[in-house]
Amino acid sequence: MNFKALTAIVAVVATPLSAVAGPDEDALVVNEEIEMVTQTAAPAHLSDALDEIYSGWRFRSDETQSLQMDDFDNPALVFVDQAQDAWDTVDGTEGKSCSTCHGAVDESMAGVRAVYPKWSDEAGEVRTLVTQINDCRVNQMGAEKWKYTGGDMAAMEALISVQSRGLPVNVAIDGPAQETWEKGKEIYYTRYGQLELSCANCHEQNYGNMIRADHLSQGQINGFPTYRLKNAKLNNAHARFKGCVRDTRAETFSPGSPEFVALELYVASRGNGLSVEGPSVRN
Amino acid sequence: MEFTRRDTLGLALGAAALTVLPFRANAAAEDAIAEFTGGADMAEGGVTLTAPEIAENGNTVPIEVSAPGAAAIMVLATGNPEPGVATFNFGPLAAVQSASTRIRLAGTQDVVAIAKLADGSFAKASATVKVTIGGCGG
Amino acid sequence: MASGVKPRVKVPKTAAAGEAITIKTLISHKMESGQRKDKEGNIIPRSIINRFTCAFNGETVIDVTMEPAISTNPYFQFDATVPEAGEFVFTWYDDDGSVYDESKSISIA
Repeated sequence: MNFKALTAIVAVVATPLSAVAGPDEDALVVNEEIEMVTQTAAPAHLSDALDEIYSGWRFRSDETQSLQMDDFDNPALVFVDQAQDAWDTVDGTEGKSCSTCHGAVDESMAGVRAVYPKWSDEAGEVRTLVTQINDCRVNQMGAEKWKYTGGDMAAMEALISVQSRGLPVNVAIDGPAQETWEKGKEIYYTRYGQLELSCANCHEQNYGNMIRADHLSQGQINGFPTYRLKNAKLNNAHARFKGCVRDTRAETFSPGSPEFVALELYVASRGNGLSVEGPSVRN
Repeated sequence: MEFTRRDTLGLALGAAALTVLPFRANAAAEDAIAEFTGGADMAEGGVTLTAPEIAENGNTVPIEVSAPGAAAIMVLATGNPEPGVATFNFGPLAAVQSASTRIRLAGTQDVVAIAKLADGSFAKASATVKVTIGGCGG
Repeated sequence: MASGVKPRVKVPKTAAAGEAITIKTLISHKMESGQRKDKEGNIIPRSIINRFTCAFNGETVIDVTMEPAISTNPYFQFDATVPEAGEFVFTWYDDDGSVYDESKSISIA
């Protein structure tokens, strides 16, 4: 495939018809209380590629942005309520609920989502929130795994995410996690599919431009899991990765695969410093 | 494969035109209005319909309707396969006759709000909402 | 009964007598419009919440007739007058005959 021609087409289609450029200047405060950092200096490992990093919230229309500013406007919170019920519900052969070991979610899970994905010494691998939750379910509760991108899991991820809202994303990229992080970085910059597009082609080289009628963001995941207006439900990071890779017309990786775990760690680290917004509202 | 300038320009214009879903209109909307108003005239003004100019996604479009003193406001999406959206009936304890909700729009179209006012007369407002396709289809 | 249906309502805890308050309501419900088709090409039948009401101490605040164009997880925001202390009752009526409700009390400050 002729790279130059393809890149030219992407560039023309991505050129704004109306003069929309870059993220807007709005500030996000949730419930008149939680001040979110939606713009900050790019972390050190990224500073040769980007100066500033922006939350996806800054690229959405005013109407979409306002849906996230109050927990009773944000539809994601009804699923957080459901997950709170699930947190207290016994499930599995061991007769335990999450609360049996973890107590109240707002105490035990405070700050947790902000540092995930992270290395688990016990498991000898990088864990995402989802793989860690399923590990607890299977090995501690004797319960069945939840589908990686299913509603139950996304809701639980959202409940845990709420307990880190407003805190800066801070995933470790060194030490035992480094090898996984390097692998994720490689995937981020690899072109996939018939359209031969890498994550960076859109989200690093063209953020702020329009792709069709969509205002391209930097592809940060500080807002995940996110309630998408498009499917009116919570979506977690691997569900989004799968969709993006599929949209390059490639055979996509599976949610929970080592590739996506590595990619999630890398993409999360590109947002180090932005506030955890999850569950957010996006298009 | 080599692209001539003509090819590239044609592709780009075509792609740009594809970002906005075509305008739709539906005759059933007229019937629904006639049923609600009994064929009475509708004044302009007296009811406000607030909707985004461009909907970020047609699946969830926030709108607001307001008609001081109204008994009811009917909202229609004239370009949807079925135009009915909602009818808001205000009771004695409604502090103001306005309400917000989120609706589905199948394509670019006029959204219409008809208010039945306290004196039995009717008022109409409409807003054109552009419904877009985003991203790479994902 | 549709599964996983859960209401979520915001009502202030107190108000001055006669004050107007803003109420926000949401309920998790698929709102199957009757327009979608399954993999075999058959229409998935309509199954929506078709009516929402809010009453305070028995008197109507708002009564909404809902059609399939209301988005999944229906949301309504409206203002109510609070003449005295009492209870708001919110009711959602499903096509399949189920009725979901939620109540919130409010006291006079």
